Amino acid sequence: MSRRRYGPANLLLELALVAAAAAFLFPLYVLVVISFKQRSEVRRSPLSLPTKLHLGNYETAWSSASLGHALFSSTFIAVSSVVIVIVLGSLASYAIARRNDRLGYGMYLLFLLGLVLPFQLALIPLYQLVRDLNLLGTYWAMIGLYAGTLLPFTIFLYTGFLRAMPRDYEEAALLDGATPLQAFAQIVFPLLRPITGTVFILNALTVWNDFLTPLLYLSGSGRETLPVAVSTFVGQYVSRWELVFAGLVIAIAPILAIYFLLQRYIIRGFASGLKG
Amino acid sequence: MSGRAADLGNVAGKPVAVRHRLGRGGAGLRVSPLLLLPALLAYGAVVLYPSIAGAFYAFTNWDGLAQTWSYVGLKNFHTFVHDEEAVASLRNTLLLAVTITIVQNAIGLLLALGLTANIKSKNLLRTIFFAPALLTPAVIAYLWQYVYGTRGALNTVLGKLGLEQLQRGWLGETSLALWAIAGVVIWQYAGYSMVIFVAGLQNVPEELYEAAELDGAGAIRRFWNISWPLIAPATTINLLLSIIGGLKLFDQIYVMTKGGPGYATETMSTIIYKQAFEFGRFGYSTAIALMLAMIVAAVALFQLSLLRRREMEA
Repeated sequence: MSRRRYGPANLLLELALVAAAAAFLFPLYVLVVISFKQRSEVRRSPLSLPTKLHLGNYETAWSSASLGHALFSSTFIAVSSVVIVIVLGSLASYAIARRNDRLGYGMYLLFLLGLVLPFQLALIPLYQLVRDLNLLGTYWAMIGLYAGTLLPFTIFLYTGFLRAMPRDYEEAALLDGATPLQAFAQIVFPLLRPITGTVFILNALTVWNDFLTPLLYLSGSGRETLPVAVSTFVGQYVSRWELVFAGLVIAIAPILAIYFLLQRYIIRGFASGLKG
Repeated sequence: MSGRAADLGNVAGKPVAVRHRLGRGGAGLRVSPLLLLPALLAYGAVVLYPSIAGAFYAFTNWDGLAQTWSYVGLKNFHTFVHDEEAVASLRNTLLLAVTITIVQNAIGLLLALGLTANIKSKNLLRTIFFAPALLTPAVIAYLWQYVYGTRGALNTVLGKLGLEQLQRGWLGETSLALWAIAGVVIWQYAGYSMVIFVAGLQNVPEELYEAAELDGAGAIRRFWNISWPLIAPATTINLLLSIIGGLKLFDQIYVMTKGGPGYATETMSTIIYKQAFEFGRFGYSTAIALMLAMIVAAVALFQLSLLRRREMEA
């Protein structure tokens, strides 16, 4: 097929891909249509478009799953832990990237080790630690955990970016008598903005989508995040799919909204794994 | 398969680059190593210490509650070998990881090839195919539980198409459940593989294709001789991401089948959870986690060495 002209072969390919995309979207279509139907209509014709938009499922899901609380918990935990990890990670990466010695290199490898260690290995000692510190069921436990577990990936991204960044500005600042910390805060950190955006989005998504950690640490605390609140809700309304699905839609709506606002940026962030 | 893992592939390249810099012996700024301290403390407390402790408990009979435990050598590993459920979980884990890796990347690559060709809706279609990768796996798994149900969407569609004989209890049959779960993961992350392949394909200079076309190379020759070798880094990263994600798979299984029917969808991650938090066998659970860690590390190191060799050749 021609790489430049748009011929019949291109049209055929386009139609095939559109059909594939429709098939891909089908489960999400099912999710949305059922969430707007009454129970009887779900029984009768589950997959058709709803005859009228029934919003009652959303009201029930919102109130009986306490999704408002869960939305707050998810947002608070994600934003707080990512802000902390950005501060810790960018500072550490600055030291690593600007020290051309064994210490910097060794520290870099030590942090990268965390990319390979599966969290399952740390699961139980960590649970014990949180329990002994009396932090089960608290936001602090969650934020503290993520502040540590997200560091390897964060340091990896920041260090790669810092190494490629020219040093002229900060060297000038240091010559003018600024301390390294001042040079970092006033000159380097603002220049990191593009990678900070990527770090923020990728890490916030990791936290937002995490299930096992909040399941272990927040179940029954009243501070559950969305995935845990949804799973409790499903347990209460087994096979009331119209209610369950309204809850699921509420849980994924914030991600989809942000995706449609920032799609280019987000896709680039994910693909940047290639170039570092 | 989170973003956190997204750059594992690159890890391999970096140390080499560092050594280059060291060799050049640049002055380096005098940045105090104290800036590393806060990160090191957090990382040490949350990742390093618990991982080391986990590896240690694997050789004990700790039950998680008692203050005492004793060293039991390799007993937990012996138990594993004779534990039917555990052996099934090991087999399922490997089977899932390999299936997901192959199918997800094959679909991702086909989509990427289609979506870098000259078609009009490519940006919209890329957005659509990638969207499932952002959604919460545990939340999306409930949707699929319905889709796969005996009276769920899949069987309804099959009925409408007149294919009643294909209707199944997708998650209820021992021979199907594992593949049904693989299907969910592949649906969710094929678009992720696609995005990485697209980035790789976009790095291939257009002139190479033009020259090959002038030389009379057909589409398939152009793919094998130009695209395939040049997207090797994307392929490596994709393979690494999907195989490690597949090995650690937990959320979808916990939601959809809890490891059942029987042991049919039990994986190492699900029995690590069960043994610890349902049966209180913390020592045994960490032993299984240690085995999983070694499998993951072996895969990562293997990929790392491949990447490094490629970098040497380049």
